[in-house]
Amino acid sequence: MFGLFKKFKDGFAKTVSAIAAKTSGLFGGRKIDASSLDELEEALITADFGVETTEEILSEIKAAYKNDATLKGQQAAAIGATVLKRVLAGCEGQLTPAASPPTVIAMIGVNGSGKTTTSAKLAWRLKQDGKSVTLAACDTFRAAAVEQLKTWGARLDLEVIASHTGADSAAVAFDAWQAAKSRGRDYLIVDTAGRLHTKSNLMEELAKIRRVLQKNDPMAPQHRWLVVDGSLGSNSIEQAKAFHQSFGLTGLVVTKLDGTSRGGALVGIYRQLKIPIYFLGLGEQAEDLQPFSVENYAKAVFGIDA
Amino acid sequence: MFESLTEKLGSALRNLRGVGKLTDENMADALKEVRTALLAADVHFKVAREFVERVQAQCVGQEVLKGVAPGQQVVKIIHDELVRLLGEGATSLSAARPLKILMVGLHGSGKTTSTAKLAKLLKKRGYRPLVAACDIYRPAAIDQLEILAKQEELGFYSDRNSKDVPAIGVAALAAAQAATADCIIFDTAGRLQIDHDLIEEVKKLRAKVQPDEVLLVADGALGQEAVNVAKTFHEALQLTGLILTKLDGDARGGAALSIKSITGVPIKFVGTGEKTGDFDTFYPDRLASRILGMGDVVSLVERAQETIDQKEAEKMAETMRKGEFNLEDFLAQMQQVKKMGSMQSLIGMMPGMSGMELPAGADKQMARTEAIIKSMTRQERRKPDLLNGSRRKRIADGAGVKIVEVNQLLKQFQQMQQMMKMMKGGGGKRMMKQMEAMQARGGMPPFR
Repeated sequence: MFGLFKKFKDGFAKTVSAIAAKTSGLFGGRKIDASSLDELEEALITADFGVETTEEILSEIKAAYKNDATLKGQQAAAIGATVLKRVLAGCEGQLTPAASPPTVIAMIGVNGSGKTTTSAKLAWRLKQDGKSVTLAACDTFRAAAVEQLKTWGARLDLEVIASHTGADSAAVAFDAWQAAKSRGRDYLIVDTAGRLHTKSNLMEELAKIRRVLQKNDPMAPQHRWLVVDGSLGSNSIEQAKAFHQSFGLTGLVVTKLDGTSRGGALVGIYRQLKIPIYFLGLGEQAEDLQPFSVENYAKAVFGIDA
Repeated sequence: MFESLTEKLGSALRNLRGVGKLTDENMADALKEVRTALLAADVHFKVAREFVERVQAQCVGQEVLKGVAPGQQVVKIIHDELVRLLGEGATSLSAARPLKILMVGLHGSGKTTSTAKLAKLLKKRGYRPLVAACDIYRPAAIDQLEILAKQEELGFYSDRNSKDVPAIGVAALAAAQAATADCIIFDTAGRLQIDHDLIEEVKKLRAKVQPDEVLLVADGALGQEAVNVAKTFHEALQLTGLILTKLDGDARGGAALSIKSITGVPIKFVGTGEKTGDFDTFYPDRLASRILGMGDVVSLVERAQETIDQKEAEKMAETMRKGEFNLEDFLAQMQQVKKMGSMQSLIGMMPGMSGMELPAGADKQMARTEAIIKSMTRQERRKPDLLNGSRRKRIADGAGVKIVEVNQLLKQFQQMQQMMKMMKGGGGKRMMKQMEAMQARGGMPPFR
């Protein structure tokens, strides 16, 4: 547990220091006052928490401050973390295998959110856990996307089923499922092309992939995960809504949180859609995909030590 | 969401009617709404604050105009200020020949795609572009650029064996000279602004190749982080411009205002689609409308102009004028509309409708209609009166629909024909008047 938290904190180290620097003293022993509340609001908004969550956290801290004028920064941080934990209660996703393998995980999302990289990282992670995995290269649209997944496959010794750019992505998914089944694989990870959620024709293509997979197994894909770029703002909520509506999301992966982004938009997504969050992407290496932990996230965001 | 800013401001300023002047006191609620709206559009906290202060300064003391709702008046002030800020210091690309352009940005912002798009645009403007693959990290990034270069018939340089990015840049310059290319675009790897080593690497590349333009490629949906990103990249590389990508989505693009305000670097281009042709010069008024959720009529019109065949349109207008509109014309018209994009994306550009969801399957419905018409013979399309029961059955079978649907379509078509006739008979003027009256009442009826 500690090791995990450490990785989480390392990934978030810059995050913590960024927030801490902005609110230096605020989360320390200093007393809260009007101006530090102002700073807190700024810190929360700039973490992309959105107006709603920010106001919820602020109002609780303000209420506590009203009751106790000697409220210290650390206490305020603890309140903030508590509110955040309450908002995110029950959001930790647990990857459960399907009754009959392969368990199919479809990775979807807008262009450049990190689907291919996440697919490779997840496959590697499952393999480390002793599971057998097949990757399906269903991004047959973007130039060299297939090659990108194949390169990852070669690098991490993963099995990749692919066709060529321009091929029918649903057909690749179908073949990959057949291959995974006949080889007795535990998991099939389907990497799809990036698509903006506003394009209905491309959303239709996703539905087709699903339909075709269901010819093999009516339950597939058991997991339909949205990969969201953690540095995006409120639009990621719109993205999640649209994908959820047309594809029925079952999970979230938030990527690129190794920078100074705090990925606050995930709070907004969970608030609105209650889709569990499975993993966070905290770096470019295969092992940088970490399970999401509310406790760790709240602590990291508010700079509370374990 | 934000299409209601005018509405929200309207209610916040309602008691202003008859007050005469905008003051700090009577503006307070309205300005709070403006700030919330900007934050919801992902404008950075500080930038939003400064912006609101500036708008406040401009509003206070102004007379409340007669005949204009105070909400609209304030929205106009906000819009104008946004346009000014976004467009300030706009310049076109450097005129240097050879023109050297360095593309930088975060992971997945769209550098490689934008590199190809920009090269294509410059080729259209008479340059001979060469693109240089300087992303040696992301698997298959070089392949991606090479494929795009081949597709667009651009010069291409890469060195798959080298790990020395500045050296690759220098070699690319030589290759460009040898190939008599007069424009060279360096596609670099995505990097975090806090990744010291990678920022050093691109700084060295910059020093070696001495680009005339350093363009930051940023996702239009970027959040509050945009400010940190732009600031650090600007300090390290002295950016000369910004390319805003993925604007074909529904992101408000508030990040652009943040970046512009913090760095002062002008926005030069916007990416509006997955095809290499989906690349535009930046227009501040359009983005301002978008940030304010006011729709993007100009882009809609432009897209129509780009995709609709002028001759075809004239022919269509002529048949309409004569009232000879038949099913063949109907089909042609539908195909024109389809070329402009999905119905949902078109709706998104209309004022006040950006948040509206089309009933699922609107595009599908269009496809069915198309199938029905295509199942008719030429003669039947020209003379729908020919369609008796047995013909209708044949058509329904051919299109894979029920006869009811064929009947529905024909009924709709009849109604359309009647409307055309009405227009021909001078009714057009009456219709225009009706539409004008609607607009005067505040445009489209509100949704949701």
